[in-house]
Amino acid sequence: MHELSIASNIVELVAAAAAGRKVRRVTLEIGQLSGVSAEALAFCFPEAARGTDAENADLDVVEIEGVARCEACGEEFATASLLAICSCGSFRLQRVKGDELNVKGIEVEEPA
Amino acid sequence: MCATCGCEANTATMMTNLQTGASTEITAIGQEARHEHVHADGTRHAHEHGHDHHYHDHDHRHGHDRLPGEGRGLKVEIEARVLAKNDAVASRNRAWLGGREILALNLVSAPGSGKTTLLERTIAELGGRPPVFVIEGDQATANDSARIQKAGAPVAQINTGAGCHLDAEMVRRGLAELKPAVGAVLFIENVGNLVCPALFDLGEHAKVVLFSVAEGEDKPLKYPHMFQAAELVLINKSDLLPHLDFSLDEALANVARVNPRARTMTVSARTGEGLPLWIDWIRERVRQAQEVALP
Repeated sequence: MHELSIASNIVELVAAAAAGRKVRRVTLEIGQLSGVSAEALAFCFPEAARGTDAENADLDVVEIEGVARCEACGEEFATASLLAICSCGSFRLQRVKGDELNVKGIEVEEPA
Repeated sequence: MCATCGCEANTATMMTNLQTGASTEITAIGQEARHEHVHADGTRHAHEHGHDHHYHDHDHRHGHDRLPGEGRGLKVEIEARVLAKNDAVASRNRAWLGGREILALNLVSAPGSGKTTLLERTIAELGGRPPVFVIEGDQATANDSARIQKAGAPVAQINTGAGCHLDAEMVRRGLAELKPAVGAVLFIENVGNLVCPALFDLGEHAKVVLFSVAEGEDKPLKYPHMFQAAELVLINKSDLLPHLDFSLDEALANVARVNPRARTMTVSARTGEGLPLWIDWIRERVRQAQEVALP
C-alpha cells in the first residue's frame, strides 16, 4: 500500500505550494507504467490530507499512456503493460513514457 | 494505523541501534505536512492524545459557504515529481556512500524468501573482507537485526510501523547511526514486499531480488516492477527443489521474460549451495565501487 506514502508526499508538495490557502483541487499525472494505482491513491488521499490545507480537496488524475521502444527493431508502441511484446516478437523493451508520477498543479481559494 | 480512530499516532517509524540499544523516531518523507502527533519526549504513547478529533461538535462552522463552482479559485502550477524529495535524499545517500567506497545493496523479496538467512550466511562467508553493515527494515520487531548482530555485523533496525517499504530518509538516518566503514558493503534488507519497495530509490547501487523455490515460478510475471528494477535475481532455497514441483527452467525463463538484463543465480542460503558465485559477485562489485571512487 505505497499509495498512502505517495499521498503523503503529494500532500507535502501541495501544502508547500498552497502556503496556507485552502486547496480545492489537486491535479496529478500518473503514468500507466508507474506502478501507482489511481484508485488506491484516491482512497488514501483524504487520510493523508486530513488536518492540512488540502483537506477535502478534489483529486484530478490525468493518466499518461505508456509507450515502449523495442530494442530489437526500434519500433515505438503504446502499451499499458510491463509485459508487452513487440509485433516483431521481441520483449526487450525500453520504457519511453508512462513512468510519470507528478503533481501538475492545484487550485486554491483566493483569500477574500 | 491506530485501530480505534484510524490516526497514525502509534505507527511512527522507529530506528534502533542494536549496538547501543538506543531507539529514535524517524519522520518519513511526506509526514512533515501532517498535523500534530509530535511526541517530543520520544515515547510511543498509549493514546493519551485522547481522540479529541472525534468530538468535533458537528456545528458545521465551516458552513458550506462555498457551493460547487462558487467563489474564485486561483490556479497554482507545481509541475513536480511526487517522489522528488525521496530521490534527492537518495542521491545524497549515493554520493555519501560513493565517497566512502561503500557498496550498498537493496535486498528485496516477499516475506519469508530467506533474506535474513542469506545475510547471516553472507556475513560468515565474507569473513570481514569486506566488512558488512546492515540496515534492517521490518514493520515491527527487532528479531531480524538480533540475528544479524549474532552473525557478527553492526546493524540498525528500522521499524516502519504501518509503512510497507523503506524510504531514502530512513536509510539516511540508518547511515548516520551506523557510520559504515570505508570500503564496506552495506546491505539494506527492505520490508518483505514485492510491490512498494520498487518505487523508492534508497541510494543503493543495485537492487537484488530474492525469490524462493517454495514460491511460484510465475513470481516475476506477477511482480514485474520489482523484477525489472533488479540487477541480480537470486533463486533461493535450492535445497528444497527435490521436494517440490517447482520448475527452475520455467522460473529462469520468467525472469528473462520480464528483465532480460538481470543476472540470475540459484542458491541455498541454508546449505551454502551456489553461494560462492554470490560472494564473488559482491567482492567484484565492491572492487568496482572502490575504482569509481578514485579521484
